[in-house]
Amino acid sequence: MIHIDKDTCKGCGICIAVCPKSVLEFSKELNQKGVNYPEVVNEKKCILCENCMIYCPDFAVVVKKDGKK
Amino acid sequence: MVNPVTHNLKKYFRGEINYTTCPGCGNGIVAQAILWAIDDSGIDFDNYAFVSGIGCSGWIPSPAFNTDVLHVTHGRAIAFATGLKLAAPNMKIIVTAGDGDTSAIGGNHFIHACRRNIDLTMICVNNQIYGMTGGQIAPTTPYLSKTTTTPYGSVERPFDLSKIAIAAGATFVARWTTFQARQLRKTIAKAILHPGFSFVEIISQCPVQYGKVLKKRNDAVAMLMDYKERSINLKKARELQKSELKDKIIVGEFVEERNVPELTQEINRLREEALQKCQR
Ligand SMILES: Cc1ncc(C[n+]2csc(CCOP(=O)(O)OP(=O)(O)O)c2C)c(N)n1
Ligand code: SF4
Ligand code: SF4
Ligand code: SF4
Ligand SMILES: [Mg+2]
Repeated sequence: MIHIDKDTCKGCGICIAVCPKSVLEFSKELNQKGVNYPEVVNEKKCILCENCMIYCPDFAVVVKKDGKK
Repeated sequence: MVNPVTHNLKKYFRGEINYTTCPGCGNGIVAQAILWAIDDSGIDFDNYAFVSGIGCSGWIPSPAFNTDVLHVTHGRAIAFATGLKLAAPNMKIIVTAGDGDTSAIGGNHFIHACRRNIDLTMICVNNQIYGMTGGQIAPTTPYLSKTTTTPYGSVERPFDLSKIAIAAGATFVARWTTFQARQLRKTIAKAILHPGFSFVEIISQCPVQYGKVLKKRNDAVAMLMDYKERSINLKKARELQKSELKDKIIVGEFVEERNVPELTQEINRLREEALQKCQR
């Protein structure tokens, strides 16, 4: 499972760029900080590689390998 | 709304995770790599202490990390850490400082810690600029870069910090960019366990102050991808000519030397010898 803390996100786009499977895309809505944040648009394609988590400078993404993608 | 799922590294923070860095700043990637390495080490967080300098990178552990953190004066992080290590030799001490802190105002502390081989882990976030004060030239700023204080381009040659550490005698020296976050985590875990002075340099994006030099202002993604393009592993770099390495960033673990006298152990040995003489 990918969990995004949308209001912690600063909208840098790194998680979207480092995802090898194009699972994430920028939201159309703005968050509390006034930036577009990542949304999961293709969860089925996720390979749980954790890139989006380990590259997020603001610890706003959590990937849990709980087996049920 | 608070994230219903807790970050795996949340347990190391004093409260909520709330960095005040600019969007896309490399400091947060380095912060994660440090904490993942600590997680891997299996050593209790209370046995770690952090000493940080002044600069954006100084805010990686301070005040966020929930263990002892000393946020000290600019350029003096290694000096404070040296005292702390001598007073508490069993602590794992991690120094975080910027490239300016390390190689300009704190340059002498840096080379002498390498020479003394004191058991500290130095994490140097090299964003090639003075980030916090508004983008002035640092000793690491690449040749011809336009900065706040070099509007016509820098005419100075930059320092290669890892080379300095090697020449000054550091017994563990490595460099990665923030693009190699996974390798960085493994290297920091090794550096923590290394019994001597370890120097880990990270080329890290400052999309605001250095980004404007590259005309990639606020574009952290472009800077990361640029690191990906330009990074070359040291084994591969050895096979190339100097001209082919122009603009490349050589990454990898350069030095890992054991059985070199370490300062705190040497002082302990002297202390014990002196005690034995008194008792005779
Ligand atoms: C004794 C002293 N001199 C100068 C300063 C101003 N100052 C604050 S941070 C800094 C440099 C920051 O650059 P760096 O160490 O590379 O850290 P960064 O912000 O880039 O992470 C300077 C010169 C200071 N705080 N104290
Ligand atoms: S990497 Fe983090 S801060 Fe940047 S866009 Fe993704 S979630 Fe937001
Ligand atoms: S875990 Fe990997 S594949 Fe899944 S969303 Fe994150 S980066 Fe993409
Ligand atoms: S000025 Fe640069 S180094 Fe400092 S927080 Fe902003 S992006 Fe990061
Ligand atoms: Mg700097």
